[in-house]
Formats: sequence, structure tokens, C-alpha cells
Amino acid sequence: MGTRTAIVGVGQTHHTSKRKDVNGQELISEAVKRALEDAALSLNDIDAIVIGNMDHFEAINNVDGWSVDGSGAFMKPIMKVTTGGSTGGTLGSCAYYHVASGLFDVVMAIGWEKNSESDTQAAISTCADPIVERDFFGGAIGPNAAEYAMYMKQFGAVQEDAALVAVRDHNNALRNPHAHLRKFITVEDVMKSPVLCWPIKLLDSCPRSDGACAVIYASESRAPKITARSAWVHATAVSHDYVYFGDYDWEMMPTLQATVDRVYQRAGITNPLKDVDVMELYLPFSTCGVVWMDHMRMCGAGEAPKLIRKGVFDMNGELPINPSGGVLSTNPIGATGLIRIAEAALQVMGKAEERQVSDVKTAMATAFGSCYWFEATVLRSAKP
Amino acid sequence: MKSKQASEHDELLEISSGEAEHVYHWHCGHYISRFLLGLRNKKTILGIKCSHCGRVYVPPREVCGRCFKTMDEWVDLGSEGSIYAFTVVKLPYIDPNTGNPIKVPRTDVYVKLDGADTCLMHWLDESDEKKITVGARVRAVFKESRRGTIHDIECFTQI
Repeated sequence: MGTRTAIVGVGQTHHTSKRKDVNGQELISEAVKRALEDAALSLNDIDAIVIGNMDHFEAINNVDGWSVDGSGAFMKPIMKVTTGGSTGGTLGSCAYYHVASGLFDVVMAIGWEKNSESDTQAAISTCADPIVERDFFGGAIGPNAAEYAMYMKQFGAVQEDAALVAVRDHNNALRNPHAHLRKFITVEDVMKSPVLCWPIKLLDSCPRSDGACAVIYASESRAPKITARSAWVHATAVSHDYVYFGDYDWEMMPTLQATVDRVYQRAGITNPLKDVDVMELYLPFSTCGVVWMDHMRMCGAGEAPKLIRKGVFDMNGELPINPSGGVLSTNPIGATGLIRIAEAALQVMGKAEERQVSDVKTAMATAFGSCYWFEATVLRSAKP
Repeated sequence: MKSKQASEHDELLEISSGEAEHVYHWHCGHYISRFLLGLRNKKTILGIKCSHCGRVYVPPREVCGRCFKTMDEWVDLGSEGSIYAFTVVKLPYIDPNTGNPIKVPRTDVYVKLDGADTCLMHWLDESDEKKITVGARVRAVFKESRRGTIHDIECFTQI
């Protein structure tokens, strides 16, 4: 598994719809300063940086160079990674790979986005093949809306099941001072909100946010000197399959299943409901919070609505999901996956303040993007 | 975070990118060209079969990603199939190819053509979700005047 590696500090901005008071570099800088402060490190302690966003939101394609003043990468090794919506998860994996390789001791991952600078759906549509599929893609919302239409037909799930997920995540965000949307909502509010792509409605959907997040990874020789409360990386996995959206098998979701199976196996998780204490999942729509539970082995096929109605994934349930409010409350896209890792790390470190789940020993984070690319990370308070 | 207090010295400006068009020219290659020519010349939808795993892909492509084998067995899939999944788009987001809002409501449909293992994405000529069923039979409606693009298929219609 390489050098054992831990997360030793995290920082994030207060995410919001539009940050006209800062440009991209300055937004990045806020998250970097907060992560350094959290780990009580200075920039001199950082050996390398990985940074990512989705180029087409801001139309700046050399972010690695362009952001140096904000990222702190002046004369340091920095590389950009971008994998669509899952960029933030990939950033975490890459920072981990850097440290686990033994070549670097302390590495910072930075994800950021200024979604307010362009039309989000137009920009996202450019991830679909331009010749055959782009015109039928429905932005980011279309494929997931179609997925839920199919799930409802197959298993008799209803729109209210997804609404319960929306209510859970939105209301969890009330305890997170960094969350973009912080408003108490009810199932009725969700059901009455405007339809974006049937059956997905406004309150079933993630917002578009401006924000940044930075996470510092350190080797086992350095981590204990930096903090007594580390979040150790026990497993990461990523999988990707096809070129075309029409290729994807939504009845099986092979990329999600393969990703979770790999991290479960590597981290010795046999029953995620019992073996994981909290999850921060990249659920861009409430409907994903229904369908994907089946594929994450929480239950049998079609049984997710039963667990959701019982409150299994609520803050006081058996396996709290998204204490932070998740993607439904905050979505600066290039940072979103990294925020999941940061929030999972805060839970393991016991630093999640009002949104802390009690006695977290194992936390899991996921990211999702592109043509059904999934990332997952398992963090623990105990060293692997 | 709240914006810093604006004073007369730090009005916050926003600069727009301008009106310039930046047109891309995408190369179709042998496989997608033949697929589009099938639509234009014969009003038929072509797929391709992997001789290793037997899967039939549409749109056709050179390599079966699963087996990493080159494919050369073309399959005429005709123009009928069933609805695998669909959504009715009601948000008039910006079409990245035109810069204009899309026309809504618009139904995006995933069609599993008879004999294919993957879906073709297209539009359905029905925007009332209550009148659309997952699994319903559909047929491609071809345009009279065809240019060798995916829009040589006007839309799909429920049979």
C-alpha cells in the first residue's frame, strides 16, 4: 500500500452563489490559508500541490500556472488534475498517491470553482460527445432524471422518497457554517418546487456555488508531528467505463459498485451500515440518494426507499449521510468531491463542531462525475 | 463569506468575455462517418458488434472498451426499439453550440434499439411525462432533407 498517509488539516471557504469580492486566485488562497492554519503549518512545509477544477466553467485552461499566487505553488511542484464532477475526489487520490509513493512527505490538494462565472449547464454539456449525444444530454440534470424515472418504474419508488433525501441534506446544512444553502425545508416544499428535468425539481437539485477547499496529506513520519488527530487513509478507489452516456447500465451501475466494492474490500468493510460511522457522499440530486444506496450495498435492489423512510441515514440514524448538508447545499464543482473528503476527515478528527457525529472511527467519502466515474476514500482514526 | 465592505475606492467590477464566436470542427473518423452516412443515405441506424464479447454498440466505434478489441462487424439496427429511460427537460439552459437557451419542454430519451446492447440518446415527440412509459415501443422519425448528422433523425415517436 506504500507509505501510510493521513489527512492532517483541511480548509474551506464559506461557499456562496457569487463571490464578486475575490478573483479565482484569491478564492483559492482563502482555502489554502485556512488549511495551513488548521494544520498549524506554513507554506514551507508543503512539498507539492495538486490542484483541480473544471476548465470550462471559468474558461481558464492553465489553472496550475495561473493560480500560483493563490495556491502557494511558487517554485514548487504543482500539477492539475481534472476529471469532471469527480475532480475533487481525484485530487484527494492524487495527493494520497504522491505521499504514499514515498517521494513527498506533505502534499496539499486544492479544489475550487467559480460556477457563477458561466452558465453551468452549458459548460457541463461539453462533457458529452459533441457529434452524437450533446444535444440530447439535458445538462447535468438530464441523465440522473432519466435514471430516477427508470427506478420509479422498476421498483415503485415515488418522488417523495427523493424529497426525503433533499429534506435530510438541506436541513443538515443548517448546522454547517460553510454551507451555501442554509434554509429549513419540508417534503411539501420540495414537491412544490419547479420542475427542472422531470422528475427532478429545484429542491432535489444541487446549487451552483463559488468556493474552494484545501486538504493536507502527510506521511506517517510527519503526520504525528503535525497533529494528534489525523484521519488515516485506509483505501481509495476509482472506476470509469464508457465513452457514451447511452452505454451506461443504470440497472447495475457497474462503476459505483466496482468503486465501493474495492474500498470495502481494502478497508475490511463487510456491512457498510454497521462498519462505517458516517458518510459524505457526492449526491448531486436527491434521487441519487435513493438509487445509489442499492448499488452501495446498503440494501437489496429497490429497498432504498424503505431505509430512507425509516431515517436510517439521518443524523440520529444508524449511518448518518452528509452531516455537512452534502452537494445539495454546496456545489463549487471542482471542489465538491474534495469537500466530501474534508468533511469526512473532520468527522474522524472530531472537529466537525455542530455537525459532528459522535464517536466516528470510520468515515467514507465519494465523488461522482463525467460519464459515471466514481471515486471513494475510506478514512479512519486508527493507523492502517 | 460576506463581500468586503465596498467603499468608493473598491467598486467590484465584472468583465464579460465578449461576443466572439469560437467554432469547433469535430472529426468523425471512419466509424461515426459511416454511421451518419447510414442515416443520411439509407435512413437506417448502424451499430457494430464485438466479435469477442458479442455486444452490439450504437453509436458504432472502433474499439470495444470492455475487450479492447477492434470491431468490424457492422449491424443494421433498423429504426425501432424501446424506451430505456427518459426525462422531460423544463429548464431552458444555454446550448453550448449556439449560445441560446434550449427550447423547452423537451424530452430526452434513451432508446434501446432492437438488437443493440447500448442506448442511442435522442428526443421524443411527447412532452407530457404522464404519456411516456419506460419500456414503450418507439420508432425513429427521419427528416426529408438529411445532411449526415444525428439530427437526420428528427426525433423518436411512441408506436
